[in-house]
Amino acid sequence: MGKRDYSLLGADAKRAVETGLAAAEWYHTDIPRAQMKALMQRADQPAIRDTILLYGCMIAFAGIGIALWPSWWSAPFWLAYGVLYGSASDSRWHECGHGTAFKTRTYNDWVYQIASFMIVRNPHAWRWSHARHHTDTIIVGRDPEIALMRPPDLARMIANFLGLIDAWNGWGRMLYNAAGRIHPEEADYIPETEYPKVIRVARIWVAIYAATIALAIAIGSILPLMVIGLPRLYGAWHHVMTGVLQHGGLADNVVDHRLNSRTVYMNPISRFIYWNMNYHVEHHMFPMVPYHQLPALHDRIKHDLPAPNRSIAEAFAEMWPALKRQLRYEDYFLRRDLPPTAKPYREDFHDGALGAAE
Amino acid sequence: MTDWIDACGTDEIDEEDVIRFDHDGRTFAIYHGPGGDFFCTDGLCTHEQVHLSEGLVMDYEIECPKHNATFDYRSGAALRAPACVNLTTYPVKIEDGRVLIAI
Ligand code: FES
Repeated sequence: MGKRDYSLLGADAKRAVETGLAAAEWYHTDIPRAQMKALMQRADQPAIRDTILLYGCMIAFAGIGIALWPSWWSAPFWLAYGVLYGSASDSRWHECGHGTAFKTRTYNDWVYQIASFMIVRNPHAWRWSHARHHTDTIIVGRDPEIALMRPPDLARMIANFLGLIDAWNGWGRMLYNAAGRIHPEEADYIPETEYPKVIRVARIWVAIYAATIALAIAIGSILPLMVIGLPRLYGAWHHVMTGVLQHGGLADNVVDHRLNSRTVYMNPISRFIYWNMNYHVEHHMFPMVPYHQLPALHDRIKHDLPAPNRSIAEAFAEMWPALKRQLRYEDYFLRRDLPPTAKPYREDFHDGALGAAE
Repeated sequence: MTDWIDACGTDEIDEEDVIRFDHDGRTFAIYHGPGGDFFCTDGLCTHEQVHLSEGLVMDYEIECPKHNATFDYRSGAALRAPACVNLTTYPVKIEDGRVLIAI
């Protein structure tokens, strides 16, 4: 494969449609219907508990941070608050966007709106972009959410640990949408009926930021921005750290999530912040299984999946050299070996992609 | 006169569940509601043509397994993005323990 064209309106997008890579039938591990139904069952209780814990901790950390401001003693509390604001919001946006976190739809919708604001992703625009990410996961030219393109832009990735590109792009897009405009790439995946909603939310956000900045100017302190806005930068590192592991260094243009997604065992704090999205192969294969059931799903299907990475550090140790190699040779990727008990799938697509790895 | 098609036995679908029924080159979803009642809609999600029979039935709603759109399967109404287009529904009657649909 030559140079990749990640534009949703470019040559690779057209080729993906022509070759049947777009909107293809993806592999699923066989699970009897009764078991699948049990895994899909919704509950409010786990997400209510986690949400009270999340917002309770945020209020406590921000409160202590404000009380100790401007002393350096406030710094650890801002760092803790920032991770919950700038990283846990990513997973809440994600799970509530799927509508699986809570059983009650309105609870999903409330948390989704709050998390979208914190992570600076327009809740209407990104609902559609994420649907496309699930239809065409890491299909070049089709998936609008490929975090690490090839060759990987490592400087960008590192900058994003402090939100330096993604967050600013989010705010830029907010202003663009607030001006009543929809970007041509957004128009590729958002139905026209949703445009007014995209624009309305962008305008509400602009009003919130304007009020926050006005307050900061009025009191002559950046403190209001430490609570709203800036934590998207100083707390972004955790969601970028976990996010780049989802697909980084793995195959593109395949129709089997076992080959292009990564499951990583993580510590309990990261799993709380990330809401179990470390079970990423499982999530992509069965997006209707709620986050609190992903460990059970993993146990049920692991015989059919590649071995997971044992820790975040191990996953980075695997991914980083692959990314560096992709700088020189963008067709290189980490080949995922399926266990002998696994079923192979669509060799026609995989052989083409895997051949390039040699 | 309405042409009733024998789709399945009432005992072939658990309460609050769905099965796929293919007939004459078309695909349908047959639902067993929580009140013991039965319903029929088109079998494919209006968003991206995924079989709804793999989805989750909760109360009188079906959630699509692909992107979690939900529909009220009694009326076919699309309740949650990314589905914006309603499902077509079909009349159902029960006779001698069989689910008959008019398509
Ligand atoms: S295919 Fe049903 S929600 Fe997308």
